[in-house]
Amino acid sequence: MIPLVTGQEVTFWIVAPLMVLGALGLLFLRKAVYAALSMAFVMVNLAVLYASLNAMFLTFVQIIVYTGAIMMLFLFVLMLVGVDTPDSVVETLKGQKVAAWLAGAGMLGLIVFGIGGSLAGGPQVGLDEANAAHGGNVESLAALIFGRHVFVFELTSALLITAAVGAMVLGQHARVRPKPTQRDLAEKRMREYAEDGVHPGTLPNSGVIARHNGIAVPALLPDGTVSEASVSQALAMRGVILDSPALSRTTAEAFEAIEGARAEEDES
Amino acid sequence: MSPDNYLYLAAILFTIGTIGVMIRRNALVAFMSVELMLNAANLAMVAFALARGGLDGQVATFFVMVVAAAEVVVGLSIIITIYRTRRSTSVDAANLLKL
Repeated sequence: MIPLVTGQEVTFWIVAPLMVLGALGLLFLRKAVYAALSMAFVMVNLAVLYASLNAMFLTFVQIIVYTGAIMMLFLFVLMLVGVDTPDSVVETLKGQKVAAWLAGAGMLGLIVFGIGGSLAGGPQVGLDEANAAHGGNVESLAALIFGRHVFVFELTSALLITAAVGAMVLGQHARVRPKPTQRDLAEKRMREYAEDGVHPGTLPNSGVIARHNGIAVPALLPDGTVSEASVSQALAMRGVILDSPALSRTTAEAFEAIEGARAEEDES
Repeated sequence: MSPDNYLYLAAILFTIGTIGVMIRRNALVAFMSVELMLNAANLAMVAFALARGGLDGQVATFFVMVVAAAEVVVGLSIIITIYRTRRSTSVDAANLLKL
């Protein structure tokens, strides 16, 4: 008898090794973003397997919910907490990695030989009859979800609302001190002017000189000096502002040239 | 094709997820490993649905996906809250309750 190779089998033997490789990427890739991408790869492959298992509805739910929503949420959070947060290689517990691998191997053996041994080997009935009962996979699933499992379905709505509210509560953080109002800010400015003589008006604009007009260029005051207050503190700390002595030197040179020319004119 | 191969694949993926939870120090990657375990269980259920000729496995998978979505939302916001206070997503950093 010639063994019949079905499309399902071909799909499985192509997709399964790829899935295992992607899952191993989760274990061995140091960077969290790579791990997230290999996880998304596993999930897309799982959708392919669902399609070959006659679960068309779940195929699309897998792609939309898992790959589209959940993994993108993971990626967003990765961006939020900083992609290059280093993954420490220091073992807090000695020999934990080895123990984890041994425990994993033991669990695989337990599942395969213990549970799998008693479940495997049955014939495959197929879903044609169950799908045909209501005219298709989606229709039959709908009949089950809104029929026998309708109460569970209603409960999931409560779960989703609770999760959304919980995420909002966790994401919110209480203010330690009240937000200063415009009046507070104005009073603070005037107090500083009275005590330390700090100019209460707006700060000078940055970079209003002939050669540059970027925000990293300090403003040139009428007397030829540059104003440090005209550039952002953050830029100054990063050290990306243009060199102020160099800027004022060009002014000084220009002044000198003019003075020199005048002096020559006076002499002649 | 008997459903055995799918079950073995699900067992392998589930084990990889378990090992990932145990050895990865980054909370996000450990959390992704939990997702991998959920996916492995889903695969087993869909394979059983095909093997036994009933759609209940697929309905259960659908509910697992809903629960996973809710769980990810809350779990990720917990991770962000921890990150805000400890400035780290390493599971070793959250050790305030340690003696």
